[in-house]
Amino acid sequence: MSLAIPRFWREIQSRYNLIGTKCGNCGKVDFPPRAVCPVCGRKSIGKMQRFQLGGKGSVVTYTVIHDAPAQFEMQKPYVMAIIEMDEGVRLTSQLIDVKPEDVRIGMKVQASFRKLGQDGDAGVIHYGYKFRPAG
Amino acid sequence: MKSGIVSYGAYIPRYRIRPKDIGVVWGADGEAMGRGLNIRAKSVPGPDEDVITISVEAARACMAKVDLDPTEIGAIYVGSESHPYAVKPTATIVAEAISSAPVLTAADFEFACKAGTAAIQTTMGLTLSKMMKYGLAIGSDTSQGAPGDALEYSASAGGAAFLIGVDHVAAEIAHTVSFTTDTPDFWRREGQRYPSHGGRFTGEPAYFKHVLNCAQLLFKRAGTTAEDYDHAVFHQPNGKFPVRAAKQLGFKEGQIDTGLCVREIGNTYSGAIMVGLCAILDEADPGDRIFAVGYGSGAGSDGFDLTVTEEIRKIRRDATPSIKEMIADSVFLDYATYAKYRGKILMREA
Ligand SMILES: [Zn+2]
Repeated sequence: MSLAIPRFWREIQSRYNLIGTKCGNCGKVDFPPRAVCPVCGRKSIGKMQRFQLGGKGSVVTYTVIHDAPAQFEMQKPYVMAIIEMDEGVRLTSQLIDVKPEDVRIGMKVQASFRKLGQDGDAGVIHYGYKFRPAG
Repeated sequence: MKSGIVSYGAYIPRYRIRPKDIGVVWGADGEAMGRGLNIRAKSVPGPDEDVITISVEAARACMAKVDLDPTEIGAIYVGSESHPYAVKPTATIVAEAISSAPVLTAADFEFACKAGTAAIQTTMGLTLSKMMKYGLAIGSDTSQGAPGDALEYSASAGGAAFLIGVDHVAAEIAHTVSFTTDTPDFWRREGQRYPSHGGRFTGEPAYFKHVLNCAQLLFKRAGTTAEDYDHAVFHQPNGKFPVRAAKQLGFKEGQIDTGLCVREIGNTYSGAIMVGLCAILDEADPGDRIFAVGYGSGAGSDGFDLTVTEEIRKIRRDATPSIKEMIADSVFLDYATYAKYRGKILMREA
């Protein structure tokens, strides 16, 4: 069994549904979810709420990957971007359904559901969010 | 009380390949092949797409049209002949991805191209009997024809999801009837990569016998004829069979045009009639009557007599791209890229 299975399984809610946390003390949204608010520290303990991001955001910066790891050979060249979600948090994700030359900083994007990778032909398949230009 | 479609959603991958570009690789006249099949292009899944991602996107498009707590869904069934796992249900991942888990039942269905309509019938029973409020029935495939085989010109990818229930029904299903026999027209043995088929045997004794018998049974059950319907949609393995079946049943071209998506995206197998039905629902008005007969090799047909209600105006049909928009949003591939995306090129172990 791959060591990655328990870790990935724990992160399913975040990876499938963009579930993060919102601090009940100051209102700060975090993604991935946190047990303690980085602003409020101990004051946030017991007040961290489950919070689902809306799935919409914009590109802050990006890079085009030409030298891809084996699992991504099929997709190269592909785009990895830092995305600022409408809720203010930032995350890193692959951009899909767009040519590298058409990507722009500030471009509006939305989450979609794609295959992220797999543990070989006999292993578990991992799924989660990638981002595509907002329609 | 009648059960029916509360909401619907579909997903068609953006990539396409034309019959001409397939034929040129195999020394065949692909354009003639495409004309014969009445297919202009077929959809191709991206390298990071499969039946699970297509099912999730269709299910999310379905849920985006209504304001409904996903935990009210009591069952999710996904019909496909290309589930990514032989063991490990696609339906579990869909349930988690639309936040319906964990209090529900889920399973994957298989009946060639009619596993999705079988799921509709199952969820109709579960909601009519009040065992649950809503059920989600999905049909989705990323089918492959063996390279060079006639099926390679049509086998495509796509899927649709229907939320079935008895409250807020946008399209009532007044009648459903099935016709099933043991007919070995098309099959795939466990562990085999590509399906096998009985060539010409797939026509008369298979598709036409089951579709026509099921359709006649449905006319009889509903006390209707072709003239009573605004739209008709059939399983569409190519653009020829459903047109011929429709004609034999007395339908006119105008009745089958809206749901005949196969011409632009190919045969999406379990998704085929369901995507066609979505295309009709995208444009339907209250009072419209729809005749739908699917087909799955092996073999059987499921028929549905639907009537669109006033609720169709209340669901947000424009919350997600329409079938027409998804068909228009296309990127054409050459055969080499298609072969790479479909895993037809032998790679070094990752
Ligand atoms: Zn805080």
